[in-house]
Amino acid sequence: MVRFFNALGAPLLSFFQYLGDLVLLAADTFRSIFTHRLRWKLFLNQVVEIGLLSQLVVIITGAFTGAVFAAQTFFQFNKLGMGSAVGAVVSAAMSAEIGTMKVTEQIDALRALAVYPVDYLVVPRALAMMVSMPLLVAECIAVGIASGYLVAIFMLDINGTYYMANMVRWTRSRDIIMGLSKAFCFGILIVFISCHKGLTTREGAVGVGRATTEAVVNASLAVLICNFFLTMMFNIIYPAGYQ
Amino acid sequence: MIEALPSPKPSTKPHPVPGNSPPMIKVHSLTKKIGQQEILCGVDLEVRMGETLAIIGRSGGGKSVLLKHLVGLMEPDGGEIWIQGQNIIGMNERQLGAIRQKVGILFQGGALFDSMTVENNIAFPLREAGERDPKVLHSKVSEMLEVMEMEGEEDKMPESLSGGMKKRVGLARAIIRRPSCVLYDEPTAGLDPVVADSINRLIRRLQQRFGMTSVVVTHDMKSAFDVADRIAYLHEGRIYFHGTASELQQSADPLIQDFLLGRSDGRGD
Repeated sequence: MVRFFNALGAPLLSFFQYLGDLVLLAADTFRSIFTHRLRWKLFLNQVVEIGLLSQLVVIITGAFTGAVFAAQTFFQFNKLGMGSAVGAVVSAAMSAEIGTMKVTEQIDALRALAVYPVDYLVVPRALAMMVSMPLLVAECIAVGIASGYLVAIFMLDINGTYYMANMVRWTRSRDIIMGLSKAFCFGILIVFISCHKGLTTREGAVGVGRATTEAVVNASLAVLICNFFLTMMFNIIYPAGYQ
Repeated sequence: MIEALPSPKPSTKPHPVPGNSPPMIKVHSLTKKIGQQEILCGVDLEVRMGETLAIIGRSGGGKSVLLKHLVGLMEPDGGEIWIQGQNIIGMNERQLGAIRQKVGILFQGGALFDSMTVENNIAFPLREAGERDPKVLHSKVSEMLEVMEMEGEEDKMPESLSGGMKKRVGLARAIIRRPSCVLYDEPTAGLDPVVADSINRLIRRLQQRFGMTSVVVTHDMKSAFDVADRIAYLHEGRIYFHGTASELQQSADPLIQDFLLGRSDGRGD
């Protein structure tokens, strides 16, 4: 029995420790955002990088999801599933980049040069994700509407005006608010999971590979789980029938 | 004679360090365990202002771990580290920032930021300190590159530099804000003897030109004899010997003789 609880306790303990580490990193980052100088150039670089990195995923996800929804005459923005697709791309890139910096002593070099790694690496990425994710979702929605429109009029012989009128009629403001708010929350989750994995990378190239895989898996799971709770929360804030 | 000791070169030594100069770094009873292995088992050490101390010892003996503790990159299990009269144990990362402006470090592989050019790497500490004028930055970087004998290499990326050049750029970055003390982690490791000698000359020149205190971690005895005013031998997590280069050479201790002569058969045991 003791062995059973020991076996159960160790992973549980390390899971809670991991959650604690994430919360501490987030707290440190938000404290830094409000109390220290923001590196605007790094922040804008990250916005561009996240945007460029995600374009292929955003356009393809948006286009094909929009097309399928049009074919099924059903549309709901917050079900586009773009969050986890962008999450995978961005978390892999972030954790691999920071992880490589860790194992090549570049993060120690930052610290040795009196630069706090959270200020320099995490803050610009966190802010960039908070800004970029809602924008990418908006882009994905636009691409989805355009592709759905094309499928409707060219493949399904639906009148274009009829399609647009119905889309506007059945698109509720809560769908847009939910989609953009969820994107913002997913962005926060993805950035802290990825940066934490990168900052705690060990053991050379193998460690970077492991950290990258774990970041992608954890970020995807977190987005999936968070999506459920956010949906529940938004259902309370905007009950069914809310326009 | 095959087992000849590298001879110290007193003529090329930097300015003499007064024996009673105040300590720049003081380490007291420092202990560190990594996993199950005890790396440092009560290190006591003092580095005086303006001197060059070489810490020698076998590979994997904890020299680099000790060096990283001196600038707060690692947290010890016990003991004290005093930098210019301030105990750095227990300081958080932001508090350590002030200490790290006084103590620069050259990492073993240079640890250059691989997304930046040589110029941006060297200018990084100045930019972070708020310097924005491109003319000032460029002139300070050029001055550093001249000291490092690397003029005209500003636009190269770290990946196109040789091992020796990376170390020079890393050193330029570490000293551009003129710290009082520089720590060198294996500055000549992996370099051919000629490049290694040029790095040793550079360390001496920096001490002569800027009067910096230096701590050089190495297992290259030629390097230690070339640059050091005093030498400390780290053995099994403790400082086993502490003295001048000639005192080290004259030591009859079999363990020291084994290390100096590179004997692995333990004739001294």
